[in-house]
Amino acid sequence: MLTFNYSIWILVLPAVMFLVLGLGGKYMKPVVSGVLGTITMAITTVLAYLTAYQYFFSVGKAADGTYKAIEAFNFEWLRFTDTLHIDLGMYIDAISSMMLIVITTVSLMVHIYSLGYMKGEKGFQRYYAFLSLFSFSMLGLVVATNIFQMYIFWELVGVSSFLLIGFYYTKPSAVAASKKAFIVTRFADFFFLIGILLLSYFTKTFDFGTLTAVGAPCFSSFAGASFLGISAISWTMFLIFMGGVGKSALLPFHVWLPDAMEGPTPVSALIHAATMVVAGVFLIARLFPIYLFQTPEVLHLIGYIGAITAIFAAVVACTQTDIKRVLAFSTISQIAYMITALSVSGYDGHDGLGYMASMFHLFTHAFFKALLFLGAGAIIHAVHSNEMDDMGGLWKKMPIANWTFLIACLAIAGIFPFSGFFSKDEILAAALHHDIVLFSILFIAAGLTAFYMFRLYFRIFHYENKQYHHAPHDAGPSMSIPLIFLAVVTVVAGWLIPFDTLITADGKAFESHIDPLVAGLSIGIALVGIVGAYVFYFKKNEKPDQVATSLGWFYRATHNKFYFDEIWMFATRSIIFKCVSKPMAWIDVNVIDGFMNGLAYVSHQASEAIKGFQSGRIQQYALIYLVGALVLIVTFCGWLVAFITK
Amino acid sequence: MGEFITNLLNNTIPIELYLAVTTIVFFVGVYGFLSRKNMIMVLISIELMLNAADINFAVFNRYLYPGQLEGFYFTLFAIAIAAAEAAIAIAIIINIYRKVHTIYVDEDVSKMKY
Repeated sequence: MLTFNYSIWILVLPAVMFLVLGLGGKYMKPVVSGVLGTITMAITTVLAYLTAYQYFFSVGKAADGTYKAIEAFNFEWLRFTDTLHIDLGMYIDAISSMMLIVITTVSLMVHIYSLGYMKGEKGFQRYYAFLSLFSFSMLGLVVATNIFQMYIFWELVGVSSFLLIGFYYTKPSAVAASKKAFIVTRFADFFFLIGILLLSYFTKTFDFGTLTAVGAPCFSSFAGASFLGISAISWTMFLIFMGGVGKSALLPFHVWLPDAMEGPTPVSALIHAATMVVAGVFLIARLFPIYLFQTPEVLHLIGYIGAITAIFAAVVACTQTDIKRVLAFSTISQIAYMITALSVSGYDGHDGLGYMASMFHLFTHAFFKALLFLGAGAIIHAVHSNEMDDMGGLWKKMPIANWTFLIACLAIAGIFPFSGFFSKDEILAAALHHDIVLFSILFIAAGLTAFYMFRLYFRIFHYENKQYHHAPHDAGPSMSIPLIFLAVVTVVAGWLIPFDTLITADGKAFESHIDPLVAGLSIGIALVGIVGAYVFYFKKNEKPDQVATSLGWFYRATHNKFYFDEIWMFATRSIIFKCVSKPMAWIDVNVIDGFMNGLAYVSHQASEAIKGFQSGRIQQYALIYLVGALVLIVTFCGWLVAFITK
Repeated sequence: MGEFITNLLNNTIPIELYLAVTTIVFFVGVYGFLSRKNMIMVLISIELMLNAADINFAVFNRYLYPGQLEGFYFTLFAIAIAAAEAAIAIAIIINIYRKVHTIYVDEDVSKMKY
């Protein structure tokens, strides 16, 4: 039997490449560093495919046909107590193998694409170094053997996202966006950390293997502990979920994701569409047995947060005019879909449809969303603008972008036989069997998705014939090849990969089939959305403006993203800054610094007072000596007299 | 005068008188050391204090241990030391004068502490 020893190179290669490019990049020609990074990523991709292939088809399957997790290796890094220790290692199971494929594939595509897109940019080497760092962190995150290792890489992902969003560090908006992304996700990670600490405090372990075993005994110590009337384990799992809320941009922590579009577009494709933002979904999936068996009420809550986010982001996406922002809100909406799918899942057999559907959607979404972003990048590259108003009628000028974008739009809208149809259909089927409210919300969101995606498509490629300064044209091969590759994957991924036998909650294969009712409904609403978009946006007309005017305040609220940014601004500026930070700053300046300054002042004054003694004048010293000697003598004599006369 | 010498030789002058004289001389030296700014005067004051101590040695030897000579020897020894010391001190003063053109301790000489 083959072993997974080589799989460590999946982590080592990008890490080494980050160091090489980060430290030695400035001594290389830009193109050398780009090609070097791309080749390394290609090798990593091959290794990841090998690992996944081996796991799924030879090693992973136990005798009874279920997929068991394998620890490729594991070593102890920090030991706290006899039972509690942080390990570093590689944990290979169905979902991490799948994530390996997703991350390395999208990352490789982005590496290739960036060779063309970022050509001639200042800091090209730095860009590739950061890409490698990001790939390393994300791969480390998905293969983490324990929740603490996951947290470490989780933060690394946050850092590399920060670095890449702020890549154009001379642009104030990019700097602000990178800070916002980092602070918002870091704020959420704070809850995640508390959750991890609580979890490890009660269960005495970080290990995923121990934690996610069915009927794990380690949760017995939670019994009876509660806080504010809610049991400790619910708090714990909710806090851990908060970390996922931050990274996966669910309400109310979604505010960073649209702004993160300030980064280079391939980065948006890699980080803010395909890989990093699904970290939250991955986290819930990884801890799914705990959520399901220990805290079903939290899982329920997660479902509702997800569904509300899905519909909210879909509505907002309908009114945005920056094409990358539309895609950003679409990402928020789709991620929320996956989260909701997890919440409507059971564990065994067909009951676990939601889990499988969620992972399935994660997989397909990664490819078509990366395709959409890379396509958007090609368009932005060609017309030098992010705004829809500067585009239109591009379908003749950029045929490759047109067709690949159309395929991706069809996929995300859920049209048969593109990959999005299959995964979305499974999600809707799972939701229908579980919770009709969630189903209805997701169903409406699906229609909206089709509408805003085709609004985007028609506005870019049809609408009106714009006059451009430079005639836009398809980009060179390094940008077109990834588009075509991803388009092919988007077309075939849905029916080629048997997710129901490979990735399931309990590891056992089950038979999933397309529910004709759900499939019909979802295609129906998608078509309604597409037709709506066609009516409004295929040719330039007055209808969109009329509708916008008739919707009045609702349109304005939507256009302003329901004022979430303003609410957060108010919360931070007016409440946190004024009521918490200002008093704390006052205490810092006046009490803490005041105490220190006081000490310094006292010793300064004391030294001022006595420094006159050290004048260097012998005569003065002598006088003091004399006076001192006389005082001593007089005292001694007085004492002597008193002693004798007593 | 003859009576004084007789008294002197017969040790009939009380020791307290000697000690009073040396104390006065010593404190004249102390006062001079503290108050004079001229280094030569400071040096002379130091010599005065030294002389007071010398006289004390001689007097105590004579009055308390008449059979011994250590006090006298010590006095001679101290005088020799004082002579050498005075020579060195004057040499130092001359050098200072060459450097800063003054021998008054409160003037530019205080620069030397830096």
